[in-house]
Amino acid sequence: MIAELTTNERQTALVILLALAVTGLAMAIAGQGDPFGVHGALVMVVAIAGVFTVISGYYAPEPSDSRLDSYYDTPTKFGIVVAMIWAVIAMFVGDWVAWLLAYPNLTFDAAWSSFGRLRPVHTSGVIFGFGGNALIATSFYVMQRTSRARLPDQLSPWFVLLGYNLFCIVAATGYLMGVTQSKEYAEPEWYADIWLVIVWVAYFVLYLRTLARRKEPHIYVANWYYLAFILVVAMLHIVNNLAVPISWGSAKSYSLFSGVQDAMTEWWYGHNAVAFFLTSGFLGMLYYYMPKRAGRPIYSYRMSIISFWGITFFYMWAGSHHLHYTALPQWVQSLGMTFSVMLLIPSWVSAGNALMTLNGAWNKVRDDAVLRFMMVAAVFYGLTTFEGSFMAIRPVNSLSHYTDWTVGHVHAGALGWVAMITFGAIYASVPWLWKRETMYSPRLVEVHFWLALAGTVIYVFAMWNSGIIQGLMWRTYNESGTLAYSFVDSLVAMHPYYIARAVGGVFFLLGTAIGLYNIWMTIRTAPRAASELAADRPVLAGAPALQAGE
Amino acid sequence: MFGFHYRLERKAIGLVLAIIGVASIGGIVEIAPLFTIHQTVEDAPDMRVYTPLELAGRNIYIREGCYACHSQMIRTLRDEVERYGPYSLAVESKYDHPMLWGSKRTGPDLARIGNKYSDEWQVEHLNNPRDVVPESVMPAYTWLLRTKLRTDDLSNHLRAQRTVGVPYTDDMIANAAADAYGQAAPDSPQADGVVTRYGKATTVRPFDGRPDELTEMDALVAYLQILGRLTDAAHKPIASAEK
Repeated sequence: MIAELTTNERQTALVILLALAVTGLAMAIAGQGDPFGVHGALVMVVAIAGVFTVISGYYAPEPSDSRLDSYYDTPTKFGIVVAMIWAVIAMFVGDWVAWLLAYPNLTFDAAWSSFGRLRPVHTSGVIFGFGGNALIATSFYVMQRTSRARLPDQLSPWFVLLGYNLFCIVAATGYLMGVTQSKEYAEPEWYADIWLVIVWVAYFVLYLRTLARRKEPHIYVANWYYLAFILVVAMLHIVNNLAVPISWGSAKSYSLFSGVQDAMTEWWYGHNAVAFFLTSGFLGMLYYYMPKRAGRPIYSYRMSIISFWGITFFYMWAGSHHLHYTALPQWVQSLGMTFSVMLLIPSWVSAGNALMTLNGAWNKVRDDAVLRFMMVAAVFYGLTTFEGSFMAIRPVNSLSHYTDWTVGHVHAGALGWVAMITFGAIYASVPWLWKRETMYSPRLVEVHFWLALAGTVIYVFAMWNSGIIQGLMWRTYNESGTLAYSFVDSLVAMHPYYIARAVGGVFFLLGTAIGLYNIWMTIRTAPRAASELAADRPVLAGAPALQAGE
Repeated sequence: MFGFHYRLERKAIGLVLAIIGVASIGGIVEIAPLFTIHQTVEDAPDMRVYTPLELAGRNIYIREGCYACHSQMIRTLRDEVERYGPYSLAVESKYDHPMLWGSKRTGPDLARIGNKYSDEWQVEHLNNPRDVVPESVMPAYTWLLRTKLRTDDLSNHLRAQRTVGVPYTDDMIANAAADAYGQAAPDSPQADGVVTRYGKATTVRPFDGRPDELTEMDALVAYLQILGRLTDAAHKPIASAEK
């Protein structure tokens, strides 16, 4: 890794790491007796380890200029493996907390292992650890290919990836120590948030620099989605996390907003984290890997345009549907509902565009589990966006809100769409990246596919049942006009579904673990492909740029 | 339209600006007016701020992730009002930085849990929920009773709260640690100061049953017992007349 950096980059890396180590030291001193200090020490140790890594490779010969003839894929390789490791950890924690809801004593008598602290480790771990790493890694891969240009340098992709993972680790360890803002899906505290902004700016700059070097006149649709993901997530993250720390030596801060304004800001963030992290970014993935794997061009350019701008515009209005019948003014609720329903159009145009792309390649879907992952992802994307628009309708929401139905809906999207498209993209790119003929075991890919699908279906059906039963029991009246069930009655009725859900989770987790094993074995043992992919390289600086229409 | 896009997608900066523009509109229209339209938050002149002990309890509630399973937002639906009490008003969470409305009820809503159960019940229940509710799936928070409450930074907490708009006085900030102690020790000299600064209606009780020691249990129970009781606004007829 260090050998791939130029001397200049090695020096810059040292400067960055030393600055980080000093910051960590300052945090550790200022935050004695507080989790803030623990995180300072953690940052310092990580930075010093980085310094040693750079120094140990510092005198290795500089990479030759021939590196510029190929794409820079080492960060992508790293990101993919790390994403899968995060997936296994975070899904394990997720399944653990699922079992806790059926058997609450299945944990240690320690604060870190209670449900409330483990749950954000699961949510952040899968969304940011697994999803985020997969997005960053694939975006590096996709932007280079679709721009026909190598990344502008070797250092900034590492800064983005490693810096991002530092954020994820600080977040997850923080939850275990009880460091949280309590804003759902924005739990990390102020200092982690500031660090993420720095990393994110570097990511955005890297993206623009690569696009600026492109040899294709048009920016491919996958990049629009990755760009929207980067830009809007930055916007959401900064506004929602505005807070005042209680001191420079404490992890604790207080949100700038309160009450109803805070609720609206939080769900404007929360829903659009779904939109621009879990939808936009992964649609970018889909728009590249699905046509590549199917060997078919995207069905419709115009549908791509309509769905992209529809999603970018409509989603930002939809957050208030999380606050139906609450103290949020009704005009905002109505706007949120209206736009949520309209959102179905661009969502289904996207899903339709993806599925139509498979026309002429359905035989491949049958035979190739990798492409089937992507196809099922597109189907779940369509189903989940329909369900989402449906649940945003006020009277429907009066039943579904606060229940497990929401949890089921989220997992239909997260397991069925986000994870499936990611597995598809990863299985497609691993042999390309490591120059292998196929995965170590196509059979295990097949096993993973069916485990993942079965797990998702079991999970979602369990939560539909429990959610709707819950919602109905809470509002059922008896003949004398009083509420028929106590809250505990509804809780007892959930028990079998909570077990079913946790079993579904085991299936899914098992599939992911098999996937990680398969990827690892592909890297370790599979033979090299006979011929390198001759076309898979950037257009060199001297060559004339391609013109539109070529 | 498609011709325009054909040109737009050749310009990275154009695309960036277009995305930012298109994505900003929804948030601006829906969020900005909430700060300017006066009726968004009702008036409640009788509303008081959290005492330092209650605020510390609230932070424990946040730390342990209670909000993941308990909402604090009673919706304007008949069954919710009958189960939990008058529906929640915006003003009731005016001093909540951040709000804890929640999104999921694995357990019941807590917006009006204050004074619904005794301190003893709350302590027993938090220590091991299945001692009092055999069917419960809530975690047991055994460490609350054995962990001393950190009070040395409470003044910093109140000061930060004031920065974001909660009307704590200099007096309150200066005496935060003493007030936290006094609120859970009725016979101590510090107890009077709490009532002076936060009003006669403030609950001064040994919440965990041990006035000599200030634990995290004291703080959390003090917080739970004030939920829904910072103001009477939701119980007044004017609130129901808005329907």
